[in-house]
Amino acid sequence: MNKTAETPKVKRESKNRIRVDFERTPLLERMRAKFLNFYTLKKVLWYLFRFLLLLGVSYVILFPFFSKISASFMSATDFTDVTVLLIPKHPTLATYKAIITENGYFAAMGNTFILSFICAVLQTFVCTMIGYGFAKFKFKGSKVLFFAVIFTMVVPHATLRLAMFMKFKSFDVLWIGSLLNKIGVTPNTGLNLLNTNWPLWILSATGLAYKNGLFIFLMRQFFKGIPDELEESAYLDGSGVFKTFVLIIIPLSVTMMITVFMFSFCWQWTDTFYSNLFYTKSGVALLPSIIKTPASLTETVNKVGGGLYSSAIQNTCGLLIIFPLIILYLFGQKYIVQGIERSGITG
Amino acid sequence: MNAVKNKIGSAPKKKRIASLDKRKARSGWLFILPFIIGFIFIYLPIIFNSIKFSFNHIIIQTNGGYKLEFVGFQNYADAFLVDAGFKDTLLAGLGQLVVDIPAIVLFSLFIALILNQKILGRAAFRAIFFIPVILTTGLIGQIDANNVLLEHMSTGSIDTGTEAAQTGILSAEQLQGLFSNMVVGGDFVKVVADIVNRIFDIVNRCGVQMLIFLAGLQSISPSIYESCQIDGASGWETFWKVTFPMISPIILVNVVYTIIDAFTSASNKVMQYISTVYDSPNNGNVMSSAMSWTYFLIVIAIIAAAAGIISSVVFYQRRD
Repeated sequence: MNKTAETPKVKRESKNRIRVDFERTPLLERMRAKFLNFYTLKKVLWYLFRFLLLLGVSYVILFPFFSKISASFMSATDFTDVTVLLIPKHPTLATYKAIITENGYFAAMGNTFILSFICAVLQTFVCTMIGYGFAKFKFKGSKVLFFAVIFTMVVPHATLRLAMFMKFKSFDVLWIGSLLNKIGVTPNTGLNLLNTNWPLWILSATGLAYKNGLFIFLMRQFFKGIPDELEESAYLDGSGVFKTFVLIIIPLSVTMMITVFMFSFCWQWTDTFYSNLFYTKSGVALLPSIIKTPASLTETVNKVGGGLYSSAIQNTCGLLIIFPLIILYLFGQKYIVQGIERSGITG
Repeated sequence: MNAVKNKIGSAPKKKRIASLDKRKARSGWLFILPFIIGFIFIYLPIIFNSIKFSFNHIIIQTNGGYKLEFVGFQNYADAFLVDAGFKDTLLAGLGQLVVDIPAIVLFSLFIALILNQKILGRAAFRAIFFIPVILTTGLIGQIDANNVLLEHMSTGSIDTGTEAAQTGILSAEQLQGLFSNMVVGGDFVKVVADIVNRIFDIVNRCGVQMLIFLAGLQSISPSIYESCQIDGASGWETFWKVTFPMISPIILVNVVYTIIDAFTSASNKVMQYISTVYDSPNNGNVMSSAMSWTYFLIVIAIIAAAAGIISSVVFYQRRD
């Protein structure tokens, strides 16, 4: 009988349990109805499109690094070989060896490390302090001063190149230098700070170095997002302003401080503007100075006809320079992304 | 009511609050002290000297000092009338800026929108997109700006530099052929082809903007989207009616950031030109000061104009 076939079968399994067998549509059909419709298709296509787009953009970003890495292992003959494009036929470490031994790689790296590390530490702490001061304290002139910060952010240092050079060529604060000069203690009107790390350290300690306005701005935005009640409760418990800052605020802002530290460290590491401005060719060797063709390879370069090979050597130098930064980035990228996202730049 | 209360009962209390405020204000000054010292004793003199130099000729003396000779606006006049390339470079650079800013802001918004949805490897993509901000600056930027090797590897051509038009991903002519049947102006096609060919450069400059957009997108309350869904709005409608107004303040921030970033970056063509002028003889250093102050004023005017135009359409959600 038809009717009994359509009704669910009820079977008594034991005293307290029954089992009901429904007539269900087959699994294949159910799946088909679920997945083979326009809505799912659209979703899958959109997902694929997004994924491929992101993959493509990542490729665009990473390709220069791939090309640098592959070229750094190529020997001179690979550059004249038309069949070689990305994968070296005669892989060699000669380029690395020549650059490291002949261009003074480690000495330059040491000098740059001292410069960048101290700069980055100074900038991190100074910008945190200044940002905190702007975010949490209301006093006369704070708006004007913040406008001054924005101003330092907008004026590129390239504009001030000549004046900066002159300033640090004869560094003189509050006319002390010229006073000493008048009395006859010093021969010149100021200290010559060129070829030392002091110009950049001074700029860092006063929050005026490269993009420090941006760091102060980021820090201020971040601290504005921290509720005032936190500090007020600390004040109620008898903690002073600076104690509160050190014990409560700094631990909270570690992520932001790592962000600022990484920015300032990496930007100082690869900087060319200041190293051209404050250091002469004969002075302290910084990393930009290692970008040149090593002496032992010059002959080969001339034989191959320059062009690609010398460019590859330059790229290998670049790779060697950013190698420490790549490692730093692998560990620190999480903090940077978090830092920028938490800074709350939402208009 | 409140006023009366204050008047009657809280004279000593009020005094204490005032003194705490004063103490806080004083420590506020202390926090900002490094900047104040630097700004007054280092930055302001530098700014002042830079402006002064742009109105003078410098004569370096043997004892390490220098003498100034006031020449009025001659440096500015020289920059525009005597110097061969400045005017053209400036115009080209400003034109570039006008094309780049919308391209960068729209591209970073697009990528941020895509990254804001769930996708495999989201964290990895975010990390990759941020690489250029850290690594492709300064030195590496300079190496990549004129990189024969990179060009060779991405196109496979041996000819270097001579046929620059062909080594791009697509040329204006190819696009022109594609669009020949449509009513699109040739200039527009050229601009688009230019952007596509410089995609590497543009992607490299999107990192920070993208993160700022992402932060903004994540701060939009999900309940708004939920109510949109309940009302039956499509994704497209939701974007234009909710997402876009909510992130419009961030668009303003990003436009200003992009202009400043483009303006102060070392890869900027105008800045590069100015720095070559700096190294040239015949008072090149003071002329470069004059040039960069001119450029600065123009860029400030652009920022003001852009901010003015955008802020007239920006929507601010009322927060309580």
